Amino acid sequence: MDSKEIISNSLWKQNSGLVQLLGMCPTLAVTSSVVNGLSLGLLTAIVMAFSNASVSPIRKLVPTEIRIPVFILIIAALVTIIDLGMHAYFHALHAVLGIFIPLIVTNCIVLARVEAFAAKNPIAPSALDGFMMGFGLALVLSVLGGMRELIGKGTLLSGIDLALGPAAKHWVITVIPDYHGFLLAILPPGAFIGLALLIAGKNWLDNRQASNDLQGTPKPALAAGH
Amino acid sequence: MKYSPFFTSNTSVSIVMLKVLLALVPGIIVYVWAFGSGILVNLIIGSVVALLAEASVLQIRRRPVLPFLLDGSALVTAWLLALALPPLAPWWLIVVGIIFAIVIAKHLYGGLGQNPFNPAMIGYAVLLISFPAVMTLWPAPLSLTAAKLSFLDQWQYIFSRTLPIGVGMDAMSSATPLDYLKTQLTMSHSMEQIWQAPFFGHWAGKGGEMVAAAYLLGGLYLVQQKIISWHIPTAFLGTLALMAGLFHFINPGHFAPPTLHLFAGASMLCAFFIATDPVSGPTTPNGKLIFAAGIAVLTWLIRTYGGYPDGVAFAVLLMNICVPLIDAKTQPRVFGHNS
Repeated sequence: MDSKEIISNSLWKQNSGLVQLLGMCPTLAVTSSVVNGLSLGLLTAIVMAFSNASVSPIRKLVPTEIRIPVFILIIAALVTIIDLGMHAYFHALHAVLGIFIPLIVTNCIVLARVEAFAAKNPIAPSALDGFMMGFGLALVLSVLGGMRELIGKGTLLSGIDLALGPAAKHWVITVIPDYHGFLLAILPPGAFIGLALLIAGKNWLDNRQASNDLQGTPKPALAAGH
Repeated sequence: MKYSPFFTSNTSVSIVMLKVLLALVPGIIVYVWAFGSGILVNLIIGSVVALLAEASVLQIRRRPVLPFLLDGSALVTAWLLALALPPLAPWWLIVVGIIFAIVIAKHLYGGLGQNPFNPAMIGYAVLLISFPAVMTLWPAPLSLTAAKLSFLDQWQYIFSRTLPIGVGMDAMSSATPLDYLKTQLTMSHSMEQIWQAPFFGHWAGKGGEMVAAAYLLGGLYLVQQKIISWHIPTAFLGTLALMAGLFHFINPGHFAPPTLHLFAGASMLCAFFIATDPVSGPTTPNGKLIFAAGIAVLTWLIRTYGGYPDGVAFAVLLMNICVPLIDAKTQPRVFGHNS
């Protein structure tokens, strides 16, 4: 599998958020704003790159029967490093994302890529797959976060100062001034409806692409009779 | 050659929906008499937006527009939602509610006949949890306020939030009976004290009790016309009266009397017009009884112990989820089979 295929699989064809529907817990829970969605998505991508890269070299040493606990221990160690690092350097963001950082361990997509890809492939492709799959999820989380934030609060990038320091405070874009807020978009139902709309949108694009491709190629002669 | 069934009824969806709208008219007339013409503005905006939303979605879905528009189901949804919202609410409130009801709750699930949830109640629930402040600001009955707004003044207030000089919204608004009941009970006032408030009438809220009675009249017309069967209204009102009556009998100082539960809030509207939605409700006779009794129990529980003053919308939606199970468990025995 070459890197181009890995990238297109991760970002579109097998996107973890829109197609595999793995990692629903952070998708639904923390996407109330762009900053929350993007930061948890990127953290997940980093964890996935390192977990794939660490499992790949030992894939032939781990006995098949106990591979899941071994993988989980590796992932948990990586997540602990990320969690403590966030606590030390991005304290405010750490407080906002809270329990969802340690919960990256239980995110199905991390174990899924370790099991499905890293346990069968060499280090470099594994690391790329882990990062790109995580990045694909991060993109979905940020788009969903953007939709919910825009409809729910009328702003974009609110809370950016938590990630990049107080200097970034004026980066917040107020798209709709004097907006009263549409609370439903921020509440959990907003996440379900928003994700459903994104999935529908992706399927619509795919179908349109498929029908365009079909019209471009010469039609095969229809078999006569029935 | 002809095939069975040889007996057909010539009722179409359009006739059914038309009769439902007709049955709502007495309620609307009494509403205008008791609370002013603001509700008409709600109904007009709601109807226009519902038809526009329905037509656009049908266009996008490449379905025939005119036959589906003429079936009137969008209008029924619009009227039910408009009647459930406070009159004099800002115009965008009903617009958002109707678009949500028609586009998301009805058409994204497949359109008329496919939606598992009552569209009007989805619209109501969305508005209630998103905009609690405007959703709980109700005008006082006309007999209690000095300020009277003309029809044009109401249009102006709904679209631009400006009132004629010397009139304040505070003077025109009041707590609803169920709302007042809830706040006063938490301050441990007794039922007798609470009933002294000016907006209580003969057996429920002043004005509201008359509107509910008119809904009851319209509902009976629907039963008489065989548009709805007796099962849902009877089971709903009966169970609600039983629950409220039992607890009121045990502790009259703390629990509201059954008349209040039956004639306040959306009870009557629910019994005859909301819970009887043929799409999102069960189809078997026994299923209808279970469904309606469930709504009544949940409504009473939410009103008495929940965070919101009225619970009809949430109760209906919760029971909508149970409909497939209820239908599956209450299939009538096929004639000639033993069990």
